[in-house]
Amino acid sequence: MTYLRRNWIGLLAILVSTVVFLVPFAFIVLTALKDKRQSSLREFSLPNGFHLWDNLVEVIQTRNYMVLTAFVNSAILTVASVTLLVIFAAMVGFVLQRKPSAWTGLVNFLVLAGLIIPPAVVPTIWVLQGLGLFKTLHGLIFIEVAYGLSFCVLLFKAFVVTIPRELDEAAIIDGASPLRLFFEIVLPLLRPVVITVILVQSVAIFNDFTNPLYYLPGTKNVTVQLTLYNFQSQYNTSYNLLFTNILLITIPPLIVFLFFNRQIVAGMTAGAVKG
Amino acid sequence: MSEATVAAPRAKRRANSAYPSWFYLPAALVYAALFLFPTVASLFFSLTRWTLFDATFIGFDNFAQFFREPFLVKGLINTLIYAVMTSGLKVVLGFLLAVLLTSQIMARGYLRSVLFFPVLVSTVGVGITFTVMMHPTTGVINETLGLFGIKGPGWLTDPNLALFSVALVDVWKGVGLATVIYIAGIVSIPQEYYEASLIDGASAWDNFWNITLPLAKPATVTVIILSLIGGLRSFDLIWAMTKGGPGFTSDVIASVIYKQYQAGFYGLSTAGNVVLFIMVAIIIIPLSGFLNRQGDGQ
Repeated sequence: MTYLRRNWIGLLAILVSTVVFLVPFAFIVLTALKDKRQSSLREFSLPNGFHLWDNLVEVIQTRNYMVLTAFVNSAILTVASVTLLVIFAAMVGFVLQRKPSAWTGLVNFLVLAGLIIPPAVVPTIWVLQGLGLFKTLHGLIFIEVAYGLSFCVLLFKAFVVTIPRELDEAAIIDGASPLRLFFEIVLPLLRPVVITVILVQSVAIFNDFTNPLYYLPGTKNVTVQLTLYNFQSQYNTSYNLLFTNILLITIPPLIVFLFFNRQIVAGMTAGAVKG
Repeated sequence: MSEATVAAPRAKRRANSAYPSWFYLPAALVYAALFLFPTVASLFFSLTRWTLFDATFIGFDNFAQFFREPFLVKGLINTLIYAVMTSGLKVVLGFLLAVLLTSQIMARGYLRSVLFFPVLVSTVGVGITFTVMMHPTTGVINETLGLFGIKGPGWLTDPNLALFSVALVDVWKGVGLATVIYIAGIVSIPQEYYEASLIDGASAWDNFWNITLPLAKPATVTVIILSLIGGLRSFDLIWAMTKGGPGFTSDVIASVIYKQYQAGFYGLSTAGNVVLFIMVAIIIIPLSGFLNRQGDGQ
């Protein structure tokens, strides 16, 4: 009894958080397990049989294996844009922190502008069309890079401070070129922040819905978030399939969460304490 | 002597050339072409009637429309309501949850995890899930309320409620981020303050009010700014849940931009972008200046 009295806040917190935060996920899983008829009731109840496999097969076969194409597209998009982001942003963060020059003020201003200004959609489409990049996957890759740069530059700049300049100087005296200095000495030392950037940006880009919607319309190049959106009307009555699809696209973030929870929280709270 | 004076600048130049300015170039190209240039161009195209092929200059007509057409005005007001509401709730709930989760409570790891996981999940997936759960008659939420004899409202079908329902889901998804930011802020408060206040015989309430709250200020500033920017620009959750409906009662600027784009009113859509930009700027820049200045004063 004393145990209960002492810990009632904890027990209450566990109860409330389970109801509020886990029930929606349980609802997704349960609905994905049901057959079409039972799922159409939209109830929070145990499935009357295990239909996940059938649902999975059906979702994957829908519209000529669109989900598989979408996963491949999303994988390419995520890997390519995150790779470019890491390299480009690390280069900027490095020089920005190391060498004050006439550019420094402008670059700092542009970094902040990139964080605040909402992208101008139609003019961007117009530019993409001019460059022949509209409705192409590599066009979207560059879009993700452009929109993600600011956040990454800030992280890299803050972390480069902690790498002693003496290392640069030693490398320079040994005759290392700027590129070798950066890629062979500085970038490996930036490992923790590189991992952070990879995790945070991967999740953000994989989950991105708005930019593919605008810049990659059409069914040829869909990304996973768009399949969900497209299926929303198609699966109007088949909630089992809709939620199987939701379950499917929740798995990659879940894996990131299970293995890298600590790093991703660190990345997202970076700078919060310093203000 | 002369050799030394020549050598010094050369060494400096050599040290500086280890950080060549062309390192900015790859990032600058992408940023300039796909972000900066379209942003500058939007200032011009917002003043035109535009078909992507040719633009007719019409002055401030597009902007006038934004403040005249009822459904566009509604979008402006909704954007403000949505941003202030989500931001406010995230600050209050995030702070309280962070205080709870930094105290000696059981199952802290579990609580932090369930709170944070929704941050990483697809917004569209969350939106669809809640849309189904919020169904007025057969949705899980109203059926549960029904068990207690409460007749649940039409969360997404009631024109007066739809925007608030979406905002609540936004808070559900985003409060975990606010909480971990606050946790980082609270953990960084030096323990000596609490030890000193213990000696002075302060209560837990005193600690909360006079130590934790003021010293978590940097975290508060971050949460307010981040969630306001996010809230003002919010699109995907609203689009996944209501598409701005019923009618246009839950439209925000971002959804208006998309609708006008779909309808082929590119000039008007771009004017929406500029309006959103101005709105974000006149709210965020003075606010962050004000909040950060206050912080320095302490």
